[in-house]
Amino acid sequence: MWRTILRRVLIMIPQLILVSILIFMLAQLMPGDPFYGSLNPNSDPATIARMRHAAGLDLPWYQQYVKWVGNVIHGDLGTSYVVNKGWTVTRIIGQRIWPTLSMGIIAAVLTYVLSISQALLAARNENKIIDRILIVWNTMTSAVPSFVFYFVMMVLFVYIIPIFPSSGTGIDDTQSFTTNFFSNLRYAFLPALTIAVFSTNSIFQYLRSNLLDQQAQDYVRTARAKGVQIKDVFRKHILRNAFLPIASGIGYSITGILGGAIFAETVFGYPGLGALFVQALSGRDYTVITALMLLQGVLALLGGLLSDIISAWVDPRVRVK
Amino acid sequence: MSELVRIENLKVYYPIRTGFFNRVTDNIKAVDNISFTIESGQTYGLVGESGSGKTTIGKSLVGLEDPTSGKILFEGHEVTTNKQKKAINYNKDVQMVFQDSQSSLNPRKTIGEIIAEPLKNFGVPNVIGAGYDGERSFDQTKINERVLALLKIVGLPAQTVAQYPFQFSGGQRQRIGVARALATNPRLIVADEPVSALDLSVQAQVLNFMKKIQREYGISFLFISHDLGVVKYMTDNIAIMHNGRFVEMGTTNDIFNDAQHIYTKRLLSAIPSLDVSKRDEKRAYRKRIESEFTQNKDAYYQQDGLRDRAYDLEPITKTHYVALKKEGA
Amino acid sequence: MDGKLLEAKNVSVDFRIDGQYQTAIHKLNISIKHGEVVALVGESGSGKSTFAMSVMGLHNSDQTRVTGSIKLNDNELIGLSERQFDAYRGVSVGMIFQDPLSSLNPLMKIGDQIAEAITVHDKQSKKVKQRVQKLISDVGIVDVQRVSQQYPHELSGGMRQRVMIAIALANEPDLIIADEPTTALDATIQAQILDLIKEIQQKKNAGILLITHDLGVVAEMADTVTVMYAGQIVEQARVSDLFNHPKHPYTRSLLRADPSEVNSGDELYAIPGTVPALKDMDHSKDLFLKRVPWLDKAEVEATVDEKLQKVSDGHYVRGNAWQNFEFLEDL
Repeated sequence: MWRTILRRVLIMIPQLILVSILIFMLAQLMPGDPFYGSLNPNSDPATIARMRHAAGLDLPWYQQYVKWVGNVIHGDLGTSYVVNKGWTVTRIIGQRIWPTLSMGIIAAVLTYVLSISQALLAARNENKIIDRILIVWNTMTSAVPSFVFYFVMMVLFVYIIPIFPSSGTGIDDTQSFTTNFFSNLRYAFLPALTIAVFSTNSIFQYLRSNLLDQQAQDYVRTARAKGVQIKDVFRKHILRNAFLPIASGIGYSITGILGGAIFAETVFGYPGLGALFVQALSGRDYTVITALMLLQGVLALLGGLLSDIISAWVDPRVRVK
Repeated sequence: MSELVRIENLKVYYPIRTGFFNRVTDNIKAVDNISFTIESGQTYGLVGESGSGKTTIGKSLVGLEDPTSGKILFEGHEVTTNKQKKAINYNKDVQMVFQDSQSSLNPRKTIGEIIAEPLKNFGVPNVIGAGYDGERSFDQTKINERVLALLKIVGLPAQTVAQYPFQFSGGQRQRIGVARALATNPRLIVADEPVSALDLSVQAQVLNFMKKIQREYGISFLFISHDLGVVKYMTDNIAIMHNGRFVEMGTTNDIFNDAQHIYTKRLLSAIPSLDVSKRDEKRAYRKRIESEFTQNKDAYYQQDGLRDRAYDLEPITKTHYVALKKEGA
Repeated sequence: MDGKLLEAKNVSVDFRIDGQYQTAIHKLNISIKHGEVVALVGESGSGKSTFAMSVMGLHNSDQTRVTGSIKLNDNELIGLSERQFDAYRGVSVGMIFQDPLSSLNPLMKIGDQIAEAITVHDKQSKKVKQRVQKLISDVGIVDVQRVSQQYPHELSGGMRQRVMIAIALANEPDLIIADEPTTALDATIQAQILDLIKEIQQKKNAGILLITHDLGVVAEMADTVTVMYAGQIVEQARVSDLFNHPKHPYTRSLLRADPSEVNSGDELYAIPGTVPALKDMDHSKDLFLKRVPWLDKAEVEATVDEKLQKVSDGHYVRGNAWQNFEFLEDL
């Protein structure tokens, strides 16, 4: 097992290099650069050229890349040009990563809790009224465009029934970790719930049909023939088998955290990495953009690895000796 | 009698990869140095338990498996590789019928389309029979006519052409599989457990039918099965396989009435007999064979890693070969 | 102990299909004594597995209606609630299925699957581990410790079926139902498993209901045989009577279709036609006669007495057609 993991990690190195080149080139392809928009329109082109030269932006892309990689290896992701001018990118990300992470984890937990409980309820009551309601509800959430849904949630729980704050993260650097943890929870919950409700539907539909398929399997009959009650057969036998193909997706949902955060953070005014990405994009803040994309690339690779580990862990048939 | 297919020293190995760099460290010898001959118009039985390699031999014959080494000769032409098979248009001469007729027929195609497929690939021979080297027609009306004729041979009504595989029972689907195999006028049909999924009465229909087309057209069969009762009824010659090797080879009579190898005896003793009065006797005999098989292995097998590896075949009569330890070896 | 272990009287099973009940089993009578092996023989669609599922109470109650009486040790099973059934499944009756791979949970260790059969009925049991190990060794597995830690996919087909037998035996049931227990296995493994079942049955004096389509297995194992066709019993006899003096046309046809009993030069008797669909089963007639092409219409359509005819002691046949039934020799 450990060998397999080690081998997978080693394979990740060339993948990472490829991803970083790709990210760097994509960032270069974007029109404009950080200095055009941020300066007085009357500035002297020579000034801009000097600033570009100082930042190394006039070099060919591969030279810039080599320089960048050298810095990244030393933990230096560069300095922001626009978003928080003068701050190191590591500092900016360090400040923004915790709100996004806490929101993402709450969203992931809520997603699985909601989809598993809904799917179990629906499958146990196949074709009965509760099953039908759950199917209709999940079809609805998958049919509505996400931004519409985000705004509805926002208006509903912030303005009409004001139980959640409208913006901010609730984190204050001067406070202790525990204080921050609980105050953040109140801010992170609504965007997380919104993401969760939205991503529940696909898992629900998949899991429900898996549960129904598994219910017809021979091993279920064996368990019944032992005298195991039907509800225990669901709990001890069917659920785990039905969850198998979904469990391997848990790793990939890490990747989704950043992606899902972009919309939610913007709508809910929650300054995490997603909101940072939007800011950085509009300001052409190369260093921040490349750093965030690199982070996303690393997360995607780690997510794949985690998924493989999880499927080997839950399914003895996949386990490698 | 003339020789149709000769298999010489056939080996099919699967590499085992281990270690950090996934290097090939060993091979699974699925088929390990096998030679035998199928005479034209006869049925050759390949008997063994699951994992013995019998299906792998069948698949090598029709080109679904690449031999590691050895030769396959069809009427004297070498057809070991797929390239050689293509060169003499061998695939029209050898067809396969599978055990699981459900999964071997495309569920989204009508029976007519399924049977027409080999006709579209190889053309319609002028007559129905075994082997045909003359002109073949690719005319659509000829194809349609031939599909109907083939259905008639396997005893299915004409309206079958427009129906789908799921609309038929296991026995009917198996006959559709045979009709498809017959379409190109093959000289040899490789039948891999063709009746093991069928009920007794349906099994009888399919077996009778296979015998009938053999009588009428002179088709040869390679009949792969684990059911000795069926094999005894169907075959002229038999080879018994264990762990990729032949342990015994001979006429059906040699094997059933003069078995020499302990593994053959073990298989034979396991056939349930309908003679109720002898069942306790049989059970005791079976126990005796079983204990000889476990205790006296050295006389019949060399050790090859963890697997028992049978000795090389030696003739004891003109037709009967057994894999026994050589004197003094 | 020579009392009746299982006594099924007038058992009918109807499935609801498209809102209508259709009869899969019609008025079945069958009884099993302690220590007796009763074989239930028939082709797919004969209703033999349906009967087994009725004894286990494993039908979907929304779509199935079981009527008549099934008594196990004098306790009526028909009409029990799910919970009442749970208490006796796996305790008084254990079941072995056809495909041991799909019948075991792929994600659970062998030892845990056997243990579940014990703990589900006896939560306090302290000696579960020892009992599991004893069961594994009782079914002829030598490497007890290792096998109990393995998963189903790591075992061979024969080993898996031994595990299934261990599960069925966990609470020393009086009755064991074996539904095609060796159909998925190789010949030598089949022989081993059949010998094991026989050995256990003799040791524990359990009754066995053996469901199979294989006449060879019947001849090896059974004390008495019940032959079913299209949801009805056509013949019931001691095993030697059935094989030496088969009466009903269906039994006789089956014996002539078995390749192991026919010379390779002779043609097998291929029973024409197919088993009728549920909706076409008119159980007032002998349904098999439709598949005997040389009988005249009056004979095929004749109404048949519900009660089986007695041929000799313990030998019963359905209808009258057997009395002057002959095969056409040129077939």
